[in-house]
Amino acid sequence: MTLPFFAPTDDPGPDFAGLVRRLRIPHGPVAPDGRVPAGDAPVALRHGTTVVALRFADGIVMAGDRRATEGHLIAHRTMDKVFPADRYSAVAIAGAAGPAVEMVRLFQTQLEHYEKVEGVVLSLEGKANQLGQMVREHLPMAMQGLAVVPLFAGYDLARGTGRIFTYDVTGGHYEETEHNATGSGGRDARTTIKLGYRAGMAADEAVELAIQALYEAADEDSATGGPDVVRGIYPLVATVTADGFARVPDDRVAALFASLIDRRRGEGAQS
Amino acid sequence: MTMPYYVAPEQMMKDRAEYAQKGIARGRSLIAAIYAEGIIIVAENPSRSLHKISEIYDRIAFAGVGKYNEFDQLRVSGVRHADTKGFAYSREDVDARSLANLYAQYLGQVFTHEMKPLEVEILVAELGTDRRPNQLYHIAYEGTITDEDRYAVLGGETEAIAEKVESAWRADWSLADAVHATVGALAGPDRTLGGADLEVALLAEGSGRRTFRRLTSAELDALLA
Repeated sequence: MTLPFFAPTDDPGPDFAGLVRRLRIPHGPVAPDGRVPAGDAPVALRHGTTVVALRFADGIVMAGDRRATEGHLIAHRTMDKVFPADRYSAVAIAGAAGPAVEMVRLFQTQLEHYEKVEGVVLSLEGKANQLGQMVREHLPMAMQGLAVVPLFAGYDLARGTGRIFTYDVTGGHYEETEHNATGSGGRDARTTIKLGYRAGMAADEAVELAIQALYEAADEDSATGGPDVVRGIYPLVATVTADGFARVPDDRVAALFASLIDRRRGEGAQS
Repeated sequence: MTMPYYVAPEQMMKDRAEYAQKGIARGRSLIAAIYAEGIIIVAENPSRSLHKISEIYDRIAFAGVGKYNEFDQLRVSGVRHADTKGFAYSREDVDARSLANLYAQYLGQVFTHEMKPLEVEILVAELGTDRRPNQLYHIAYEGTITDEDRYAVLGGETEAIAEKVESAWRADWSLADAVHATVGALAGPDRTLGGADLEVALLAEGSGRRTFRRLTSAELDALLA
């Protein structure tokens, strides 16, 4: 490797994706020259499934199940779908696992790269826009069946509040006022959150609601993994507040699931 | 056709070295030192936004003295190198030694082949792990690279400062001791420097993978008090 230098008139600035393209380092399934491999997508692709985000009084909660599927088979039981994007934001992914994880890695590096080159952190809106551009660049792959649909949320230090952004495959992004969910079980998760949501919830309540939403999604959707009590694998839950990104510890998530299951059993759940 | 004047290579190198040294000596000096919890880098810099000390990667910091636009260009290319390397391989494969070598090669190349040498002296510092010691690589304007294991002084008039740091240096320096001694050495006998005149950054284990942290003026004033 050599030190990358550019003429002042030809400098990629703080844009890491542009730099990677310029240096012809492969990123994602798109060739460095922007070519998309021809033909239909191969059948057995790993897909990620249900991720949710909701606002509470001091920030946001984000959660995702752990199952990856290839067709109707379970491909992986411990996949992470919720990632810290940087200190004050988180990104969750649904869709084709390979390109999605690659996109997250590029996004994380992009945010840190910008911060180091420019000496200041991007605004939350700027981060959301950046992710939108990455999703848009991925559109040709999405048209071949490799769609990646992220969910982005973070704590806006300038406004002093949590904010959530959802995306479509064209890179269009929309700010949500309260909550959203995406992925194959997203519909069930959304309904659950809608019924239990109140503005200005406490962090504990919001975490509980997110867990309940994932439980309901897993109950209805075969591609969403529920709590795996036998192996001790639980959905990944994280919060972002003024103190930054924090993962809710696994044992706490396990305890919340245990009490949820107990409640359901007591109610004699039939449906 | 006119013939260019013949200049002996020795003379040419001497002229370039003198030119670079003069440029570097115009600026203020900078000290990097190992202390109990990691590495401290201290520079005299009244500006809050034009930094002399910056983060390159999780455990790597950069510092430069001399011409700002020149060392800043080196800094940015270091960030680019580290980020692309970490992206293409893995985060743990990014190390200060290879970056310092690249800087040394580049500076050497410019010194011998370009009209004007770079008027900079730079430092690449890396916070050690259980398996790797702390590293300070000091790279001069002509590409000479030295590996320091206690402290490094960059800039024009370094002898007096280095002497002071030498006599005060201890491996188990607390942060307050390190700040006192290095700031005292930079100030010299006739001046005192406060938090607002200084730029100080640390490479020290904290809460996350990124170990670079700047000290605020208020923190500095508290440490210097």
